[in-house]
Amino acid sequence: MNPASTTLTESVSHVFIYIVALSALFLVGITATMIYFVVRYSRSRNPRPKDIHGNVALEATWTIIPTLLFLSMFYFGWTRWERMREVPRDAMQVEVTGRQWSWSFKYPNGKVSSELRLPIDTPVRCDLRSLDVIHGFFIPAFGVKEDVVPGKHNFAWFDPTELGTYDLLCSSYCGQGHPLMMARVVIMPGDKFKEWYSTREAASGPAHGELLYKTKGCIGCHSITGIRIVGPTWKGLYGSEVTVSTNGQTRTVKADDDYLKRSILDPNADIVQGFPPSVMPVQKDLTAQDVSDVIAYIKTLK
Amino acid sequence: MTTSEALEHHGALSYLEERGRYGGILGWIFSTDHKRIGILYLVSTLFFFFVGMSLGFLMRLQMLSPHGELFKNADYYNALFTLHGVVMVFLFIIPAIPGSLGNFFMPIMIGAKDVAFPRLNLLSWWLYVMGAVIALASLFGSGLPDTGWTFYAPYSLRTHADVPMAVFGVFVLGFSSILTGINFITTMHRMRAPGMGWFKMPLFPWALYATSWVQVLATPVLGITMLLIFVERIFHVGIFNPAMGGDPLLYQHLFWMYSHPAVYIMILPAMGLISEMIPTFAHRTIFGYGAIVWSSMGIALLGSLVWAHHMFTSGLSDAAATVFSLLTFLVAVPSAIKVFNWTATLYKGSIALEPPMLYALSFIFLFSVGGLTGLILGALALNVMLHDTYFVVAHFHYVIFGGAAFAFFGALHYWLPKMFGRMYNRSAAYIGWALLFTGFNLLYFTMFVLGVMGMPRRYAFYLPRFQTSHVIATVGSWIMIAGILVVFTNLIVSVFKGEKAGENPWGGVTLEWQIPSPPPTENFLEPPTIPEKAYDFEGAFAS
Ligand code: HEC
Ligand SMILES: [Cu+2]
Repeated sequence: MNPASTTLTESVSHVFIYIVALSALFLVGITATMIYFVVRYSRSRNPRPKDIHGNVALEATWTIIPTLLFLSMFYFGWTRWERMREVPRDAMQVEVTGRQWSWSFKYPNGKVSSELRLPIDTPVRCDLRSLDVIHGFFIPAFGVKEDVVPGKHNFAWFDPTELGTYDLLCSSYCGQGHPLMMARVVIMPGDKFKEWYSTREAASGPAHGELLYKTKGCIGCHSITGIRIVGPTWKGLYGSEVTVSTNGQTRTVKADDDYLKRSILDPNADIVQGFPPSVMPVQKDLTAQDVSDVIAYIKTLK
Repeated sequence: MTTSEALEHHGALSYLEERGRYGGILGWIFSTDHKRIGILYLVSTLFFFFVGMSLGFLMRLQMLSPHGELFKNADYYNALFTLHGVVMVFLFIIPAIPGSLGNFFMPIMIGAKDVAFPRLNLLSWWLYVMGAVIALASLFGSGLPDTGWTFYAPYSLRTHADVPMAVFGVFVLGFSSILTGINFITTMHRMRAPGMGWFKMPLFPWALYATSWVQVLATPVLGITMLLIFVERIFHVGIFNPAMGGDPLLYQHLFWMYSHPAVYIMILPAMGLISEMIPTFAHRTIFGYGAIVWSSMGIALLGSLVWAHHMFTSGLSDAAATVFSLLTFLVAVPSAIKVFNWTATLYKGSIALEPPMLYALSFIFLFSVGGLTGLILGALALNVMLHDTYFVVAHFHYVIFGGAAFAFFGALHYWLPKMFGRMYNRSAAYIGWALLFTGFNLLYFTMFVLGVMGMPRRYAFYLPRFQTSHVIATVGSWIMIAGILVVFTNLIVSVFKGEKAGENPWGGVTLEWQIPSPPPTENFLEPPTIPEKAYDFEGAFAS
């Protein structure tokens, strides 16, 4: 736990310490008593046991005191949590989209990014959307977590108070790429953020293709470094010979524009050998321009 | 009179020797004797324990390095944790204690000849075996299982794995559990020996009584849920899948409506075992018999009302989250009461630290750690941080393994001389326990640390900053497994080669200690003498 990276984490860590301390006290107390009794009333020291059937006053004590302590724990946990649920009015809104197996972030001005870049000391509200199964929006350093449930409008908010780069992880098991479903959270000085926020990304060409690669989920399954994730790597893909199975027949094709276009728009037409069918999602929201931009980007990955 | 003399005197054979309608293996798998069925459950649940343990061992190996020590493909790891969970939960810990020790000892402890419905009892075991076979057959279906033991929708509705088959297996297992529950409830209502009033009944039967009600009332919910998954996958009806108008949270509610009470199906019988062992080795009566009985019933009742505390981050309404958090803290009260009463039972006892007692005391410690970390998870603000991390994994292993399984292992040491008439090697038992206890804490306590650091569960690969803790945990798993192997080698060898144990090696006062070891088929050669009070050590020693 990182106690000071948002204003919420600090008060949460107080609850944590409160419950841990009481629990430790209880545990040490019980264990010490147990050991003491075992030694003091061992069979050699105390050969004649005594049947004691109970004691109402004691029973009442150890029912009422723990109940009150437990209720206090509940209370602190609850009130701190209430604050986590009340989003400040002026919070910036970011739409977070989770899909198998990547994240993307959409800002109020329409900017889309594969990293969650945020200005320091500004509350942000993340609206969580899933395109497929349940994911978990989890930033360990901020103690923030909320499930990303398809069909539901969940949210999380926080106000980062320290500059730096943090990890966003998927906490809710979502299949093969679950442990790789990560994104960077970058907390920036306000002016740097503004600068970044107002730069417009390229609207066409390989640069736009790269943006699509990062924000339309391709990055979750295709690497550009040569390693295998869930799908084949894109490194050196363009122009290479690919062994595919088409309608159950194995053949070799050259990865040209046509082949790539078909692979993107109709993933099950040619299945790359050694990879499962029906894993690659059908791309519904890519325009013809988008597809050719992605292909242009793939061309650059030698 | 020694045991064998007693048996000869009555011309009675022990349940191990008695030849029923069939001989050999058939005499076991078609026997309706509750003791033989108990042994069947014992062998089969322990078999699955070892399967589950091996899977867990592989999971820990994978975690040795951030990029996966064993598999570069997450599919295999996903299959491991799914199977580990399904096997340990549905094939081991839920049926283990009621099925084996419950079947064997509950009728004897209440002075009965058998359970109320012996044939139904056999059917339960057969359903258990069939459920297990069906669930395992799903492995050879369309793909590796990869849903986790929780089968969360909509993932479980989309994956290639043979979910319908696995789910059907769980459905059948559920029936096995329900039938056992019905059988036990009826037995305790109808079959208690004359003079064995409700409040003279020992605490293990009481714990089983509470458990059975949970089994009977909660398991149907699981059956329905599994059936709905089945229907949704096969007939494409939108129940849980939002893409078809379903609600994924409905699935979670239904699933936990069973699976949370199921935690109490696992732990309540274990608590009953602790309540047996502590008085016997302290040679004095249990402190607060009534408090322990009522807290069992309290746990069964309250435990059925806290399921949504598994869903605090799922988008549950704030009001619901608050209520479920409050109830979660309340369910801790009866458990705390039990811990206090057990500890008080040591006061002015005459304590022999035999291996079973060591397990019972470790139970109190480990279960307390599990329970107390449950309070941390139950606090809403902290749940947000810790949900779905290793903290949760550590918490439930402390409760279920450190709790239920430690009690089970302890009780095997406690009752093995009764079941087989032979005693194990005590030094080996101590060594096994020490390795088990040390390895256990190294393995699972480290997971609390990992959880607080933010390590999510069900990760085949992880960030390098978690590696040191993962390596420590894995080393812990080796020590723990070494301990388990010592423990079970010792127990198994003793079944065949152990020294003869007398009728009552520990000086216990419950009815099972009045009869020969191993017990005769009819249990009681003469009508049992029911003591004045439950756990009446002074009375027993005076005579
Ligand atoms: C859920 C994982 C997943 C995602 C997300 C995904 N793909 Fe794929 N992709 C695969 C798999 C698996 C294959 C190989 C099997 C096949 O041919 O369908 C594949 C194959 C391909 C191929 C053919 C590659 C070759 O080596 O011949 C292309 C091109 C491709 N995907 C493009 C895309 C684009 C563009 C996106 C993003 C808009 C994307 N994929 C998103 C899993 C994915
Ligand atoms: Cu995910």
